[in-house]
Amino acid sequence: MNETPVRGTLRVGLFVTCLVDLFRPSVGFAAVKLLEDAGCLVEAPSAQTCCGQPAHNSGDSRNTRAIARQVIETFEKFDAVVAPSGSCAGMIKHHYPVLFTDDAAWRQRAEALAAKTFELVSFLTDELGVKTVAAEFAGSVTYHDSCAGLRELGVQEQPRRLLASVQGLQLKELPGANICCGFGGTFCIKYPEISTRMVSDKVADIADTGAGTLLAGDLGCLLNMAGRLTREGRSVETRHVAEVLAGMTDGPAIGEAAGAKRRAQQSG
Amino acid sequence: MQSTSHDFVARAQKGLVDEDLQDALSRFRTGFSVKRSEAAALLPEFEALRDQAVEIKNHTLEHLDFYLERFADKVEESGGVVHWCVTPEEARQTVLDICRANDAKTVTKSKSMIGEEIALNPFLEANDIEPIETDLGEYIVQLAGEYPSHIIAPAVHKTKDQVADLFYERHKDQGGGKRLEEVDELVDEARAMLRHRFIDADVGITGANFLVAETGTTAIVTNEGNGDLTQILPRVHIVLATLEKAVPTLDDMSTILRVLARSATGQEFSTYTTLSTGPKRPGDLDGPEAFHVILLDNGRSRMLGSEFREVLRCIKCGACMNHCPVYGAIGGHAYGWVYPGPVGAVLTPNLVGLKEAHHLPNASTFCGRCEEVCPMRIPLPGLMRRWREQEFDAGLQAPRYRLGLALWAWLVRHPTSYRLSNALLIRALRLLGARRGRIARLPFAHGWTSGRDMPTPEGGSFHAKWRRRSRE
Repeated sequence: MNETPVRGTLRVGLFVTCLVDLFRPSVGFAAVKLLEDAGCLVEAPSAQTCCGQPAHNSGDSRNTRAIARQVIETFEKFDAVVAPSGSCAGMIKHHYPVLFTDDAAWRQRAEALAAKTFELVSFLTDELGVKTVAAEFAGSVTYHDSCAGLRELGVQEQPRRLLASVQGLQLKELPGANICCGFGGTFCIKYPEISTRMVSDKVADIADTGAGTLLAGDLGCLLNMAGRLTREGRSVETRHVAEVLAGMTDGPAIGEAAGAKRRAQQSG
Repeated sequence: MQSTSHDFVARAQKGLVDEDLQDALSRFRTGFSVKRSEAAALLPEFEALRDQAVEIKNHTLEHLDFYLERFADKVEESGGVVHWCVTPEEARQTVLDICRANDAKTVTKSKSMIGEEIALNPFLEANDIEPIETDLGEYIVQLAGEYPSHIIAPAVHKTKDQVADLFYERHKDQGGGKRLEEVDELVDEARAMLRHRFIDADVGITGANFLVAETGTTAIVTNEGNGDLTQILPRVHIVLATLEKAVPTLDDMSTILRVLARSATGQEFSTYTTLSTGPKRPGDLDGPEAFHVILLDNGRSRMLGSEFREVLRCIKCGACMNHCPVYGAIGGHAYGWVYPGPVGAVLTPNLVGLKEAHHLPNASTFCGRCEEVCPMRIPLPGLMRRWREQEFDAGLQAPRYRLGLALWAWLVRHPTSYRLSNALLIRALRLLGARRGRIARLPFAHGWTSGRDMPTPEGGSFHAKWRRRSRE
């Protein structure tokens, strides 16, 4: 079982992320399970929507600040704020404080929130001291390092460490795992051809590992890579790393139909 | 140089389907980055050196007027001449005046991005002076009638076979005659073609990697030796440099040199580091009779006082483009002006205007790899975002994009409406693709589905399910 948390019961606000809310609630529930197993009291405030990256990366600073204030108001009451995403956690941790350079009061609140905001997997390992998870996964996986988690938050070795404790799981390292998959939020919509070239190179590398499942810690990147993998007819499954760590891999993978696995098992 | 940055999308698309370019880029994508990381790993103090290099440049930029005046005084003390030029036109005219005063017919050139910035070659040609590029990559792009696609590897977009064809075509009436296959043979042929040009040239033009204030020295780093021949053999040596190349002392230059080659090519040091202080002195065996430094502003003093100041720390190593996945996908010519890649995305709008170059700071995933490897720790993604803010504030984005963004932002700021619209969107997407788990074509997200499927939502939003769980 999991390690006992090093602190007393932490009240954690789950920053679900807009993509998990919309596309893959199971990632949110996997995060809840991992946090609860580690002894946290998890709440997911219903007033939350999005961290504001689309506005921030489109140069709309007025709306970005308004959204940031809303997130701060919603989450500042928690002991910690945790997101199953490096890019959303990075947005709150590194970008919110600089949005309020001219507003001391809000800057202080943004900094206070930033200080207690974390990406899920690194929160489990670095803050709660979780060393192992009680999960099984029969198969080989490869892992893509999403850019913001890697470069803004230093998430690299933590997911690999926890994956190593998953029974039956074999990790096959992905060459160029630290190179962007071409998602980039609005980038893939504004420059789809360039993005397609980047994700095509990425899925070729993924296929070359021979792994059966692709994992990463950010749903945006995962939707992009899964979408390209299925488009190319590749047989690699795609999942958020939290699903595997929480042992919640019974449902369909990203981009897979419900029951597809069952049908495949029956026919095989 | 005339910008075609406004045409970025079409140029990028052209690059994506150019098989030769993609072939050249596939080798480029790993080559430099592997060498850089190996070189950095071998030097324990590499990160500390980066910090020192940043400090040196920050200090210099803070006191740039002082160091430039000091530099100019020292150049003149050693018998050189400094020409302060505000615009590319002034810089070009100054070069021409010097060439004419010396009755020059041909000039040799060692690699200089400022030469590209001021479009010197076409200007000299129009004035009956023949410019000859002597850096191998520059020589190739000059023969091909192109311009550099990379700031340290100008012909990186070309395959060996393309160069072989080009040399065969352009050298056959100059004593060439046979199509060469091997890289060594091609290099030897270029060397043979250039040898007498070095000797015949009346004026030699180089760029500068550094302008050393304490000594009035200019310095270049090269790997081919062409820079030395360019500046030593002709009667006149002209140095083209922009203001931000200044450093206070030779020691400061040495510190930055320790990160420059490692970041650029992964070498510990470039093959040649050539320092020039004034013209030939009495008793010197060789060297030019006259030494001119053209100090070009072209927007740098304006940038110094702007939110883009930090980009003036750039030492033009090319690491940002060597590590940029977008550059690696489309090549440098897509960017449409002198400086491609991440640093180009910050510099170009400064120098040709945001309206012309608005695509460049947008064509980044903000993956952050450029900032990670930039020896001068320039926050390139952050500076690109500044341009996006200016673009947004000036209303330059496509009306459809602005409208979509405004609608989305309104919903995000109104959680109840957001929940409702999310529920509708989930239903709609599931209607379209729940059976297969993905959608192959979405009319309102064609950009996405043109290259990849859209996975369908699992069904039900997290928050709806969470509410249900909380009630249980």
